Amino acid sequence: MPAQDAAPTLPSLLLLLPLFTALTILFGHKLLKGASVFLSVASAVICFVISVMLLHSQDSAPMLFPFLSVDKLKIAIDALIDQQSRGMMLIVTSIGLLVHIFSLGYMKEDEGKVRFFGALSLFMFSMTGIVLAGNLIMMFIFWELVGLSSYLLIGHWFHKASAAEASKKAFLTNRIGDFGFMIGILMLFAANHGDVSFAGLKESFASGPLHQVAATQTTFMAFAAICLFMGAVGKSAQFPLHVWLPDAMEGPTPVSALIHAATMVAAGVFMLVRCAFVIEASPDAALIIAWIGGITALMAALMATQQNDIKRVLAYSTLSQLGYMVMAVGLLAMQVGSHLHEAGPGHPAMFHLYTHAFFKAMLFLGSGAVIYACHHEQDMWKMGGLMKHMPVTFVTFAIGTASLMGVPFITSGFWSKEAILGLAFEVKGGSPFFWIGVMTAMLTAFYMTRLFVVAFLGKPRTDSAHHAVEAPIVMVLPLIILAGLTLFSVPLARIFEAMKPDHAETHMTVMVASIVALVIGSGVGFFIYSGKDKDPLNIKVFANKFYFDEIYAVIVKIFQDTVAWIVAGLERLVVDGIMARLPAYLATRVGSAARVLQGGHLQGYTFLLGLGVLLVIYVVVFALPVSGH
Amino acid sequence: MITLNHYLIVSGMLFALGLAGVIARRNIIIIYMCLEMMLSAANLTLVAFSRFRVSEGLPDYAAQSLVFFTITVAAAEVAVGLAIIVALYRAKQSVETESVTKLQG
Repeated sequence: MPAQDAAPTLPSLLLLLPLFTALTILFGHKLLKGASVFLSVASAVICFVISVMLLHSQDSAPMLFPFLSVDKLKIAIDALIDQQSRGMMLIVTSIGLLVHIFSLGYMKEDEGKVRFFGALSLFMFSMTGIVLAGNLIMMFIFWELVGLSSYLLIGHWFHKASAAEASKKAFLTNRIGDFGFMIGILMLFAANHGDVSFAGLKESFASGPLHQVAATQTTFMAFAAICLFMGAVGKSAQFPLHVWLPDAMEGPTPVSALIHAATMVAAGVFMLVRCAFVIEASPDAALIIAWIGGITALMAALMATQQNDIKRVLAYSTLSQLGYMVMAVGLLAMQVGSHLHEAGPGHPAMFHLYTHAFFKAMLFLGSGAVIYACHHEQDMWKMGGLMKHMPVTFVTFAIGTASLMGVPFITSGFWSKEAILGLAFEVKGGSPFFWIGVMTAMLTAFYMTRLFVVAFLGKPRTDSAHHAVEAPIVMVLPLIILAGLTLFSVPLARIFEAMKPDHAETHMTVMVASIVALVIGSGVGFFIYSGKDKDPLNIKVFANKFYFDEIYAVIVKIFQDTVAWIVAGLERLVVDGIMARLPAYLATRVGSAARVLQGGHLQGYTFLLGLGVLLVIYVVVFALPVSGH
Repeated sequence: MITLNHYLIVSGMLFALGLAGVIARRNIIIIYMCLEMMLSAANLTLVAFSRFRVSEGLPDYAAQSLVFFTITVAAAEVAVGLAIIVALYRAKQSVETESVTKLQG
């Protein structure tokens, strides 16, 4: 059968093509000049085509090539193709492709355009690696690569101090999470005798060494699950490591759409769903994960209500939606753990990830078009009245906003949010999460209405908003496609069987609660902000993001100062003192003592010689034992 | 009756006097003379041992011939040494050990 033959070729092409493009751009950008941009876009097109072709392939896990082979330990670069990775791959490549196209317009006059597209290709490579990964080590490798490309893209305008700072912050914050992730991998690695492939781990949890461990050592299991979760906390920007994501908006807007809204930040959720069996094995960890997700969702929504930068509002909304997904992961693990039945392949968190990816990418690209039209103005209070000047952007943005708020029945966001709220409603002990979800939904409706009313309605507040014109076709086209996907991603999901949760019963209470939340939120938002020229509300705590950055600065300062003090002390005492000064002192003293003997006095030498001779005679004659005869 | 010990004591005293002179005096010529005295002490020991090692009624002449050798070589050595001292005096206008400090750091 040719399909089996083709299976390893397609995934390896999918993985290696972006790498090849990135390397070509890295080494040949001087030769290729503008052509490298099109090379990158072409590779994105091919990747998209391949992932569509993969949609109807069978589940398989071919090994592409061995990576590490030491005795029994075998780590391979492989391609795990199943429902989850097929769906995720479609999201990554389709949004990736649209962002590539959008960037052709958005980055047209940028000096670092070639560098930008090279980094985008590198990102595509690392992201496909994460999606295809069949074992935790491979996932970790690409996890780090994604962090690197994110760093490169946030810091694209590195001459701007704030962008350089933001990229550094993103990278370092991610490192904290990655460290936990690595410990989690190593714990599973040790408990499962060196097998960290997802298939092997799953089997081991069902009936193997890990089954034993999960039953007897609950603390160990909870710790391992929490450590894995730390990776997701870093990458998906959950509380308390959420601080990097809003700052990451310093990067170009297409990057924010692709990496910091749709794909990379979702990688944490993707990984959690992949490792769902680990979390299911530990109810404590599941509860902690659900709480972290809930706290993030609510807190980020509160912060979003007082931001003025259009991209920052969207960034906090991303945080909030990611919190939703993480909460769903925790809740489903709680449910599966308590009922002890197999979780279906369609996970509500993945479903929300899928719909969110499209509408959030669309919102970001829409904000990009707005920013582009207003000459790189990001403060929404300096926009206004854009409805008349940018009709297409207005309509698509409206669709995205409606989807994020969860306008019932027609938008995809409604269904996926319903799935999560319904889950929270069903799970035993899930009622606080349900109310958190409803509160968040209400706040989401509120701040999105605020953003929409302030930026698009009313009258222009500045000249740049007054003279705004519709963005060029390469930028508008992705917006239209994404708007279509936003509306139809739920029926599409049914066709592709990619992401849809297999049991999505709708509860009347849930639906009523979320519709009421939507109406209250957007109604209040419209009432407060309609026709206003500046923010009538002024809540410092939300505007200043609960002072997290300041608190972290103080903690880091105290911690760092203490460590620095101790290290400086050790340096002075051990390195400077015992290791450097002491030998020097000894050498000096011995030297000056020995120098006395070499005074250059002839008679002195002779005297010493005589003494020496006497000593030798004394030793030979009197001190040594008489030998032989 | 003069025994071997008497000779050895005299020889030891000569050697000690010579060494003391070498260490204490500053004049190179006197140091040189003291060196010769130490050499004589060694010669005296050799001759004494030779005289008292009697086999078949005769002393051991091997040692005495060695002494002649030593005296001859010492004469040659004195000639070279005095020549060096003369050259040194020409260069430094002095034969004191303190004046020879060129190799000191």
